Amino acid sequence: MREEAPALAVKNLSHAYGARKALDDVSFNVARGSFAALLGLNGAGKSTLFSLVTGLFAARGGSVEIFGFDIARQPGEALRRLGVVFQARTLDLELSVMQNLLYHAALHGIGPVEGRRLAQAALARAGLAERANDKARDLSGGQMRRVEIARALLHGPRLLLLDEPTVGLDIKARADILAHVRDLVRTQGLGVLWTTHLIDEIDDGDQVVVLHQGKMLASGAAAGIVSAQGAKNIGEAFERLTGGATR
Amino acid sequence: MTTVPAPDSTPLPANGESECAHPLAFRQYAICLGGVVWREALRFLHQRERFVSALVRPLVWLFIFAAGFRSVLGISIIPPYETYVLYEVYITPGLMAMIQLFNGMQSSLSMVYDREMGNMRTLLISPFPRWFLLGAKLFAGVAVSILQVYAYLLIAYFWEIEPPTKWGYLTVLPALALAGLMLGALGMLLSSLIKQLENFAGVMNFVIFPMFFASSALYPLWRVKESSPWLYYACAINPFTHAVELIRFAFYQKIAWDSAAAVLAYTSVFLIAAIRAYDPAKGLLTRKGG
Repeated sequence: MREEAPALAVKNLSHAYGARKALDDVSFNVARGSFAALLGLNGAGKSTLFSLVTGLFAARGGSVEIFGFDIARQPGEALRRLGVVFQARTLDLELSVMQNLLYHAALHGIGPVEGRRLAQAALARAGLAERANDKARDLSGGQMRRVEIARALLHGPRLLLLDEPTVGLDIKARADILAHVRDLVRTQGLGVLWTTHLIDEIDDGDQVVVLHQGKMLASGAAAGIVSAQGAKNIGEAFERLTGGATR
Repeated sequence: MTTVPAPDSTPLPANGESECAHPLAFRQYAICLGGVVWREALRFLHQRERFVSALVRPLVWLFIFAAGFRSVLGISIIPPYETYVLYEVYITPGLMAMIQLFNGMQSSLSMVYDREMGNMRTLLISPFPRWFLLGAKLFAGVAVSILQVYAYLLIAYFWEIEPPTKWGYLTVLPALALAGLMLGALGMLLSSLIKQLENFAGVMNFVIFPMFFASSALYPLWRVKESSPWLYYACAINPFTHAVELIRFAFYQKIAWDSAAAVLAYTSVFLIAAIRAYDPAKGLLTRKGG
């Protein structure tokens, strides 16, 4: 059955912090080899969803499956098929780029020899092969993100989660990171869930999940959501769905 | 803005494609543990000030406090000592434990920092079970604390503070490992309870100082009993007292069985509570919004 399982299946997911409901009955899938955007304003519940999908918290209700493996019941199997780029910078700034990658490899049970080979390949893919021995501190914001993406893909996952990966980057670095990830989807068949509050990062062909105040307002192809709302573009559709909430 | 060279199109590794479950092999657990210890050691080497201050703190106590008090505080012959000992000799096990106490709290501080900065997440999304990841981190912290203790002992040796035979340096090792585990587990538990870095100063005041002063590190418990029975009882149940006594006896190639049992019991309690606190289902981390 697992051969047909989507890269990510979120089913009736709910979560609350005390009495405050952060997520309410959210369901969507990310197909293998596709780019899906999770769109919502700050406080929409994106980070909560992210924490639940990565198993940092356990959900109060519903389930999350990664390639058919339930994150609550088989966390090890689910997590090894998942690559994650967090919103906060999580590189160890005192260590070199290579040391950061080797640490990640060890956390996935990959030894230093194999780890070094995979890290070199990952850095080459990210176009940063010659920075391997530099301290992470010496990289630019955009380069750090590329290293974090390389690191997240080091152990060979087929699903990549990115939590607002372009926050804090300049325009060129933003475009560069987005193009890099889209390229990985196109050429490597990677499944991606890209969390954002920036409308202009979404293409017509993308699958979009609109999250607002913990509720899922729409899910489907961007073009479909636009036409269902009778809007001109995804930005206008988002405004209508969220009742004109300001960006 | 630096320009990024064109990426090459090396295919992604394919491990993630397998559809069946593969349990992690024992070798992989060893690799993961090795990686966590290696990172902790690298970080420690990069923070030279941390090493220096970890060493200076007990030396200040030894060279200034102990030198000043050696004539004020008389120490009678109590086990494991078979003769009168100088005050410097008496407080050395307490200072060894103090190094470990500070190290345990420092690790917990770095865990709170890592959690705020997001580094903790990179550890917790590893496919290994969470108890193992936390255990590996604890083990790494203990290894670093033991290195610090031996660096201190080397300096103390030149001050003519040494065990009765050289074997004492070896027999103290298991005691240091056990005491380090207990204090590290306590630090880990505290790190799960502290929501923000700013609250950490309170921990220093309410955990480190009372634990250190209400213990047998600086004065034998019979002296405390003479002045205040209540303080004596507080000292007697203080986990730090047992860590100090375990180390004191082991340094003299003896075993303080009651302290060993107490340290083991406290370690289990702290460890189980810490693992529980970091458990995604029951954990206290869920209190944090996001």
